[in-house]
Amino acid sequence: MALLQTIDLKRYFGETRAVDNVNLSIEEREFVSLVGPNGAGKTSLINVISALLQAESGKIIFRGQDITRLSTTQRVKAGIARSFQLVNVFDDLTTFDNVALAIFSRQGKTAHLTSLAHLDEEVNREADGILGQFGLAAKRDANARDLAQGERKLLDVALAYALKPKLLFLDEPTSGVSTRDKGQIMDTIASVVRAEGITAVIVEHDMDVVFKYSDRIVVMAQGAILAQGTPDEIRKNDQVAMTLLGTSGPDAFTRKD
Amino acid sequence: MPAAPTGPSVPRLLAFAVPIVVALALLPRFIDLYQTELLIYGLTFAIAALGFNLLLGYTGLLSFGHSAYFGMGAYTVAFIVRDLHVQSMELCILGGLLSSLVISALFGYVCVRHTRIFFGILTLALSQVLWSLAFKFFWVTGGTDGIRVPRTSITLLAGLMDFKGPGSYQRFVYAYYYYVLVLFLIATVVMWVIVHSPFGKALQAIRDNETRASFVGIRVRRYRWIAFVISGSFTGLAGALWVPLNGLTTPEILYWPFSGEIVFMTVLGGFRTFTGPIVGAIAFNYLKVYAVASSQYWQMVLGIVLVVMVMVLPTGIVGTIGRFAARLRRR
Repeated sequence: MALLQTIDLKRYFGETRAVDNVNLSIEEREFVSLVGPNGAGKTSLINVISALLQAESGKIIFRGQDITRLSTTQRVKAGIARSFQLVNVFDDLTTFDNVALAIFSRQGKTAHLTSLAHLDEEVNREADGILGQFGLAAKRDANARDLAQGERKLLDVALAYALKPKLLFLDEPTSGVSTRDKGQIMDTIASVVRAEGITAVIVEHDMDVVFKYSDRIVVMAQGAILAQGTPDEIRKNDQVAMTLLGTSGPDAFTRKD
Repeated sequence: MPAAPTGPSVPRLLAFAVPIVVALALLPRFIDLYQTELLIYGLTFAIAALGFNLLLGYTGLLSFGHSAYFGMGAYTVAFIVRDLHVQSMELCILGGLLSSLVISALFGYVCVRHTRIFFGILTLALSQVLWSLAFKFFWVTGGTDGIRVPRTSITLLAGLMDFKGPGSYQRFVYAYYYYVLVLFLIATVVMWVIVHSPFGKALQAIRDNETRASFVGIRVRRYRWIAFVISGSFTGLAGALWVPLNGLTTPEILYWPFSGEIVFMTVLGGFRTFTGPIVGAIAFNYLKVYAVASSQYWQMVLGIVLVVMVMVLPTGIVGTIGRFAARLRRR
């Protein structure tokens, strides 16, 4: 059984078909890339699955359970986490507190009023571990707003990762960072995700990144799934190349620089 | 690498707090009765502002209706003393806490469905409902005359101390100073623990980024509600302590300008710091008393002070001191 399945999932914005009867299936431990031109509905699809947007019709089945009507927090508790295209962290908390908060939340400790957060050794150790994994240890006591763009991107992902989700959505984790940092961020994410056996769905524009890391690629256009398959299958798909690049042919995806 | 301490270190905190507490405890020996009385007012307002700031500074919600909870605490004490003929201040405080908890749970439930200006307007509107009740139902509340709670009608420490007979005013002021000081210290410690608890961190996360807070699994509305209830209860406690000191409760403390004063105190001291509201409340109390005594245009004096504060020292007294201290340390 698939980890996640959407059945005829639909969400329009007026005339715009952001998510148009999407039937998507994600298997456990897959690393899936969601690609497509701007406005293809990639982020909208993630938004609907993570409950930032409500579905108009259709169903979302996660681990055999219908989660279509669950709230954001209920879906988080069920095991779905996400990062955001525009960095979405807690700016006036330290890097450490950002991650620690996610751990407290996962452990159901955020309702604790009478214990001091910084004395929780278990959480401290785990938070420091995660900061180490994401290369943020040196910035642990800096406020999130004072981090560099690449670090903020990583913190955004680390926040979602600290929830130990079954399914992790990453919305353009490398957008707005330099090409040099891009590879490093993706290597970090891929290694962390694979080590924990987390299923990841990533929205990405850089096709080099997509081909390098994905088990499977899902191509969207105009709110619908245009094609899906392994990196090799997608590379050879002329229709995909036309949609994404405007050209086709055997070498369409080979970078010419 | 061993983990460095992430939070405030307790020894450093004690080194900061103990001298202040000792100074506060010794102060009545060096100042006169009137100054001591002013300081009691300052400490009760400090409890109110501490509660208020859990919403403003830590949760990011600006309430313009905290007079409601202060007044609720105060009127409850007055009712208990007048109608139930209870003398024990401890029972009065319990009653005041309970009633302000109930009313803030009720009002909060409505208000936390909204944020920003809508939240502010709702808190204001609801507090005005209580004010109009106190104002109109004079056969219960005494209307604008209010309800008298003479100090002779209460006892402290389960009846151990009463204030009847000659010289009672002086005895009352000194005893009540220490009574309020102890409750103020308890309130401060409790609030400090709350804002440094995982719950307190969650509130700050909600303040910074509501959307992301829900995406790390925090039930934003419920947490705001709990913060609202704690905040209202603190302010209610302050109201309860204020009544015997003032000897009288009137609808004025339910009226919106008093909510504004609580906001003023907090902004004056600095709402992004823990101690800001405390310093602000005490400073504001002196400022107001001396402005009233020195000029019939005292509202204008306060207004000018507020405008200047916001423009010159937007981080308040404590925020500014903190910045200077940090600059000195770097040198």
